[in-house]
Amino acid sequence: MSSVATTSSPDRLSLPDSGGHFGRYGGVFVPETLMTALSELAAAYEVARDDPKFQAELRHHLKEFAGRPTELYFAERLTQHCGGAKIYLKREDLLHTGAHKINNALGQALLARRMGKKRVIAETGAGQHGVATAAVCAKFGLDCTVYMGAVDMERQALNVFRMRLMGAKVIGVEAGQKTLKEAINEAMRDWVTNVRGTHYILGSALGSHPYPMMVRDFHRVIGREVREQILAREGRLPDEMIACVGGGSNAIGFFFEFLEEPGVRLIGVEAGGRGIKRGDHAARFEGGKLGVLQGCKTYILQDEDGQIELTHSVSAGLDYAAIGPEHAFYRDRNRISFAYACDDEVMEAFQLCSRLEGIIPALESTHALVHGFKRAKAMRKDEVLVINLSGRGDKDVNQVAKILGVKL
Amino acid sequence: MSRIQQAFARARAENRAAFVAYVCAGDPDFETSVEVCRALLTNGVDILELGVPFSDPLADGLTNQLAAQRALEGGMTAARVFELVRRVREFSQAPIVFYTYYNLVFANGVDSYVRAAKAAGVDGILTLDLPPEEAGEVSAACRTHGVETVFIIAPTTPDERIATIGAVTTGFLYYVSREGVTGVRDQVAGNIPQAVARIRARTALPMVVGFGIGTRAQVAEVAAHADGVVVGSALVNCVRDHLADRAKIVPAIAARAADLSAGVKRGRA
Ligand SMILES: Cc1ncc(COP(=O)(O)O)c(C=O)c1O
Repeated sequence: MSSVATTSSPDRLSLPDSGGHFGRYGGVFVPETLMTALSELAAAYEVARDDPKFQAELRHHLKEFAGRPTELYFAERLTQHCGGAKIYLKREDLLHTGAHKINNALGQALLARRMGKKRVIAETGAGQHGVATAAVCAKFGLDCTVYMGAVDMERQALNVFRMRLMGAKVIGVEAGQKTLKEAINEAMRDWVTNVRGTHYILGSALGSHPYPMMVRDFHRVIGREVREQILAREGRLPDEMIACVGGGSNAIGFFFEFLEEPGVRLIGVEAGGRGIKRGDHAARFEGGKLGVLQGCKTYILQDEDGQIELTHSVSAGLDYAAIGPEHAFYRDRNRISFAYACDDEVMEAFQLCSRLEGIIPALESTHALVHGFKRAKAMRKDEVLVINLSGRGDKDVNQVAKILGVKL
Repeated sequence: MSRIQQAFARARAENRAAFVAYVCAGDPDFETSVEVCRALLTNGVDILELGVPFSDPLADGLTNQLAAQRALEGGMTAARVFELVRRVREFSQAPIVFYTYYNLVFANGVDSYVRAAKAAGVDGILTLDLPPEEAGEVSAACRTHGVETVFIIAPTTPDERIATIGAVTTGFLYYVSREGVTGVRDQVAGNIPQAVARIRARTALPMVVGFGIGTRAQVAEVAAHADGVVVGSALVNCVRDHLADRAKIVPAIAARAADLSAGVKRGRA
């Protein structure tokens, strides 16, 4: 198959509209106190985005601090093991602080500095976004507070310590199920209270406009690099690309450059947890319906009355009841399709990747691997599959050992 | 004149501010909650603001978060909240305003939710996380079914936005006196007279002030300027303080409401 010509449809770049809508998804659903801050942020971001100086500064830090570009790695032994398509891994796990999250944290920290905000807050699930935010705040001398669910603090204890080492205050959240959703609630409460001097670095392609757009844009570098790298390696675009989807930031950044390439299949993988039963998973497209949570309209796991449902995933970073609005939009158009991977499959693939490639993947990213291996087996040997390895698994080894019954 | 407009007219005629009380529907249980509403409405409350318990109340401080959690754990559902309103309607014609989050209104269709609310006896809806820009569907449903809309103005709301918010408001405006979430504070924000004047210059709608008001003196201070004073967390705390002996909740709330509501009269004495 030869490379598919880029269509000139302006669609992907024209979204969202000025109100933050991706079709019927997205928007701005926040308390009035935040409305002005959000429109100031949108305005400041749009100016920065079009300012070559800002972009040059960002490129500089992405290279020198974060370690971009990341490799596109041919996973030879996994390819052999699966016996089908050639498997490439986009190595976002090699970035400083261990995951793609630093792309966005750097962009937003530069923006906060430009806006004269001296204090930064963030939420974190797996702790990777918190660690990335703590790192960039240390680097730029910004005061940093990270909210994290108490359950996540326990399962990602290593990341809590890393954040604290870099000078961040980590505040545990005891409400509800004590995971990512509650951390976002608490961060938003902080922001409502301290809005004038504080910037909220939201960590996924979620929430109110301009966050889904801005976070996406800061991660588009992933897909831009993949395009260049795969053309250099294979002389053509991939047949299929797969990424895990929590809020959706690594996936949308990975997919974005390919949205208008009809020959490239795009698949997002959600967390199937213990299986698709109420409260046992976080696969929004399996059990969710349209709703509004934490600033945007999208697919949400909820009950008949609209109360947000409990979620579960072995990976803290995918354990969330809502999905980024842009994913919902492209799913409706059959442009991005979705699958899910369950905890036990994830545990297996985690070990397989470690053993065959010498790469320990983050549990979040391992969801993409699970589905990727299934797809590779079903694909022809001359086909090309690229999986986004959004983060490394160092943070997960304690938890995995515990699940495997290994005493460290 | 609607029940809401009547309440403001009556207060104005008596040269005082209206006293608006917030409690969470179903906190800590359904039957106690009915009696809490009765205690409020017989102790000087002009407008009852009923919090509809939501799993993720991101505009609320800890007091109201815990109240919502108690109510949900006590079995409150959308249907039970409407049932509670019907029970209150058996003994009171005071205006009832829902204080809620958009997903609860949206989940089963905005129009059918608003219709059900009206049928139960609800007069107005305040949706915390629904700015005017996104409120078209709610406004249309409220117009169709005769429910009034309440919107928030914050200290961070710029002047030009006040008119935008006023244009979609049919009931009253709710000025949150400080940046932050709900909850009792030691001091009332200092700039309320200026804020009230700033809003009055741009809209003729009745305006209540709330967030952080918890003592009679604070009520009086705010009542000197606003058309209504909202007290929430201070009342919810009466529930929290007597969870071990629920029989004490209703007398405690009654006494608290009587004490606080006296403030609206003093304010204009
Ligand atoms: C390594 C890694 N991948 C993926 C995610 C999920 O987030 P998103 O869907 O925004 O990429 C996380 C979140 O914590 C993460 O740490």
